[in-house]
Amino acid sequence: MEPSVEHGTDRVKRGLAEMLKGGVIMDVVNAEQAKIAEEAGAVAVMALERVPADIRAHGGVARMADPAKVQEIIAAVSIPVMAKSRIGHFVEAQILQSLGVDYIDESEVLTPVDENHIDKRAFTVPFVCGAKDLGEALRRIGEGAAMIRTKGEPGTGNVVEAVRHMRKMNAQIRWLTTVDRNEMMAAAKELRAPFGLVKEVAETGRLPVVNFAAGGIATPADAALMMQLGCDGIFVGSGIFKSGDPAERARAIVEATTFYEDPETLAKVSRNLGEAMVGIDIDTLAPTDRMQDRGL
Amino acid sequence: MTVGVLALQGDFREHMAMVRALGADAVEVRTPGELESIDALIIPGGESTTIGRLATAWGMMDPLRERIEAGMPTLGTCAGLIFLAAGAVGSDQPQLGVLDVVVARNAFGRQVDSFEADLDVSGLDRPFHAVFIRAPWIEKTGADVEVLASIPDAEGREHAVLVRQGAIVAAAFHPELTDDDRIHRLALGLGEGG
Repeated sequence: MEPSVEHGTDRVKRGLAEMLKGGVIMDVVNAEQAKIAEEAGAVAVMALERVPADIRAHGGVARMADPAKVQEIIAAVSIPVMAKSRIGHFVEAQILQSLGVDYIDESEVLTPVDENHIDKRAFTVPFVCGAKDLGEALRRIGEGAAMIRTKGEPGTGNVVEAVRHMRKMNAQIRWLTTVDRNEMMAAAKELRAPFGLVKEVAETGRLPVVNFAAGGIATPADAALMMQLGCDGIFVGSGIFKSGDPAERARAIVEATTFYEDPETLAKVSRNLGEAMVGIDIDTLAPTDRMQDRGL
Repeated sequence: MTVGVLALQGDFREHMAMVRALGADAVEVRTPGELESIDALIIPGGESTTIGRLATAWGMMDPLRERIEAGMPTLGTCAGLIFLAAGAVGSDQPQLGVLDVVVARNAFGRQVDSFEADLDVSGLDRPFHAVFIRAPWIEKTGADVEVLASIPDAEGREHAVLVRQGAIVAAAFHPELTDDDRIHRLALGLGEGG
């Protein structure tokens, strides 16, 4: 290679997320599911040991997937493969990078190991992190995250929390663009976020990285709702492979994410999809079962 | 001039911003009807399998082929190059086949191998800073295809990454992720003198 070639730059890391925009990233637990996802038009798959609904049901400590599982999924598809590490577990992240995964999700779905998040700038592979609000997003970006997603309550089939996070993010960005320059440091203090990033968002009116919807998306209408609220794309966890007809539902969610502003198309793709995954009312969850409150 | 950007999936907004900065109108294209009113076309970066499957499911393959083969200026970047091409090594994904090249997908490797580099482009007076993300390279080119830029792989073998065939320009990299609009001007005849 020429001497001027640079790997692992912010532009290259954030750039892959830009290419995933308008697309659907699907949780899969084996090669067969990964192929169904690719065939349905997924832009990437998330390689997991268990989908969030099963992690929630199983209880105990949830960890990085078995490397053999991740490799099986990498070998099965041509689209990017993501995998989850525990929050703060930089060695799981080192292992996932060495396996060749294309993105690491430092995820609240797994059991956190540290109050600190991973120093993501130490890696060549890019990271996506969850955020419930602007301050959390900017803290993660400050640590080196190249992509953000909402932190909707995983494995519930209930999109209410993802909606809440996106609305809050949008409202805080709108507010920040109206803040007087002299009040910018106070704004950074209130958001508990790095000053440089706060100033950047105030000037541009947008996050410096792509922001996807994640957590509780179970139907084509849920995906289109999140897109209309301004998300750049969609993660679907348990919603596909915990439903009655995964291939059909996967295809319908992909099409709904593209044609999110066209209700007639949404009606067409939503027909006869069989049973959606069983949902959970968030108010029935004990505070200790709320994954979104992990790793703020 | 109205430039349509295929908006089935990918970074179509970055292309639209660049087109508008060059003084042309940019519209999103998802359906055959939306193809009718455009003078030029961009197929953006994204996942080529996703774009191909959506284009097939929504009846876009033949209308796209007809307009491009009739000589509409067309720019494809990364996934756009793959979608325009006649073939992809080891893949049977939907492709338009209007550009007489065979591509190798993810040819430089996985995301950790994605890179930025300065590229000498035939016809441009200074190098183009190119961003390659899980990029393809061009394995084979037909007789009517002109190679405008190539880059060596890890073993030092040169591979075409920017080509022109008639009114089609296709790049393995992402000019839309930079502030450099020279490839958009070259492909679409936009900007001064365009």
